[in-house]
Amino acid sequence: MSELMTDRQIDRSKMQVSDEVAIEIRNMNKWYGSFHVLRDINLNVNEGERIVIAGPSGSGKSTLIRCINRLEEHQSGDIIVDGTELSSDLKNIDKIRSEVGMCFQHFNLFPHLTILENCTLAPIWVRKTPRKEAEETAMHFLEKVKIPEQADKYPGQLSGGQQQRVAIARSLCMKPRIMLFDEPTSALDPEMIKEVLDTMIELAEEGMTMLCVTHEMGFARQVANRVIFMDQGQIVEQNEPEEFFNNPKSERTKLFLSQILGH
Amino acid sequence: MSDVSFVRTEMLPQQEPPGSSVGIVGWARANLFDGVTNSVLTIISLILVYFVLEGLLSWTFQSVWNASSLTECREIMTATWGKTHGHACWAVINDRWLQLLYGFYPPYPAEPGVNFGENTGAWPAYFRPNLSFVLLLLAVAPVLFDKVPRKLLIVTAVYPFLMPWLMWGGSIWGPVMAAAGFGIGFLAYRLLTPVIGGLGGIIAAIALPVIWWLFLVGIVAAGLESVVSISIPEVESRKFGGFMLSILIGVVAIGCSLPIGIVLALGRQSDLMIVKTLCVGFIEFIRGVPLITLLFVASVLLNVFLPPGTQFDIILRVLIMVTLFASAYMAEVVRGGLAALPKGQYEGADSLGLNYWQAQRLIIMPQALKISIPGIVSTFIGVFKDTTLVSIIGLLDPLGLSNAIRADAAWNGIYWELFAFIAFLFFVFCFGMSRYSMYLERKLHKGH
Repeated sequence: MSELMTDRQIDRSKMQVSDEVAIEIRNMNKWYGSFHVLRDINLNVNEGERIVIAGPSGSGKSTLIRCINRLEEHQSGDIIVDGTELSSDLKNIDKIRSEVGMCFQHFNLFPHLTILENCTLAPIWVRKTPRKEAEETAMHFLEKVKIPEQADKYPGQLSGGQQQRVAIARSLCMKPRIMLFDEPTSALDPEMIKEVLDTMIELAEEGMTMLCVTHEMGFARQVANRVIFMDQGQIVEQNEPEEFFNNPKSERTKLFLSQILGH
Repeated sequence: MSDVSFVRTEMLPQQEPPGSSVGIVGWARANLFDGVTNSVLTIISLILVYFVLEGLLSWTFQSVWNASSLTECREIMTATWGKTHGHACWAVINDRWLQLLYGFYPPYPAEPGVNFGENTGAWPAYFRPNLSFVLLLLAVAPVLFDKVPRKLLIVTAVYPFLMPWLMWGGSIWGPVMAAAGFGIGFLAYRLLTPVIGGLGGIIAAIALPVIWWLFLVGIVAAGLESVVSISIPEVESRKFGGFMLSILIGVVAIGCSLPIGIVLALGRQSDLMIVKTLCVGFIEFIRGVPLITLLFVASVLLNVFLPPGTQFDIILRVLIMVTLFASAYMAEVVRGGLAALPKGQYEGADSLGLNYWQAQRLIIMPQALKISIPGIVSTFIGVFKDTTLVSIIGLLDPLGLSNAIRADAAWNGIYWELFAFIAFLFFVFCFGMSRYSMYLERKLHKGH
């Protein structure tokens, strides 16, 4: 898994990082019961950044990005997304969720709705977009992820890779400014990983702000502008990919990289 | 050294299966005569089936249809077949089928001269219950089948108010004003929400209609009736009976228990302490008490607590109790469906920014209810059959009527035919529900 299984040239011209802060996390802590999952997290994400979060399982990387759209609640510290602070205020939560797209390991498509309905549901009900316009947008994004011909099928009739691409299209239909990916390729067959990664690369090429929990180190090397390594609920090391992979500083990172890249 | 290298040069085409494994012969061989033991068992079973059917069919079809009493029936049997044993006396059904269907509901309920009145030839007998039943079919059709024109939903919306008026009669203003309560609730929500906020709006939308129903409907309806009188003759509750009563109680309990059950199931999952406690308490209490106890409470005890002279219709009391009973079961069935949904569905809905009610309505409930269809329909069937329990508190459902019919000297001693007829009608309804649920499951199956 050391090299990205893609043969395409990556266009970095649009992958510009701006000075504007998209996400700001300050001294954030989270506990599950008495277990301290996230410890004093400080992280700034600028618009246009592509960040890959790596780390052993149980290190809190999924929990971290799930806190950003409050699928998990943090107990102390601040999370500010696009200028809005996440608190228990439902209005802010709904606002942030409609600005932040998310893709899950198990896709979480709605099995009782067609692909097209999956994509138009949130725009129609949350954004109050007229149905026709929502459907046009949905078809646009389905074309982008290269499965417009599946629009009238149900998720259960699609392969894993296709489902994950639909999930990405579904998020994009809300025109989010930030995309979160929670191990998007971990549940996929090797043959299908490539098609999902290609879609994500395309998204990165268009300048989307992305936070990505993944074990695809090839993707991290080629697309990310920053790699964050987490262990035991803390950010242990973060750096540019070249530096991170070739010259890791902490012992824990070295051990992790040797295990995941060693074969 | 073995040669492990192998390359297929030609793909094998698909072939027909062997003739002995397809068609009737193949089926019989695989399922009936598969070895000596199975062949013997098949033959023994066929002999058993033959004897059962021979007795049952001759009892059912070599029978007496026209007689005015059981004695006459037996005379005819002796004259025709030489014995009274093994032949049904359907004459009792022929004689009393109207009573079994409608109880003592008057065919032409009227004081003389009033519309819908005496048999003037203008209205057929049992016009009101029959019309109610036809309208029921029309009201239910668009809910059950999505190919039915959506415009029929108007009938569905009007039916809950029209049906009581048709069945019990009286002034039309009562049902109209009761319906107006929903309008009041809607207006209160629309107009007051901007003034007193979302929660206040919801409370007002519930409180105002309740006040209206409890204290004002009677007065306003009576006032309107004195100005513009539109009424049909009243029929008392104690005259209701037969399958009409079973269907009435069954339909109301089924129709109301599903929405109430959904709300209770959601309440039980709520994070709000008071809501959750109330729902759990209600469900556990109602489920922990036999339906007969609740019916006795409805028929006897309730009068003790109500102020003297309060008119509280017995059928209405039974309807409330049966509905509450069904709702508690429904809540648990729906909760089972909710529990079976993967957590990812909630997260998927949340991550798109859908709020709680949108997520419930669009994502969670359609799937949870689909999962619970077998359980929901089982509960429906159970409720419908439980309506026979009302005979214990003196209402004349079909079973109660079978006792009443036997009390007549002419039909004293007849059991099988009455119970067979009642069982047959119940079976038709319950089998219909069961088939519909299977159709629905097939229709909603989306390859996952």
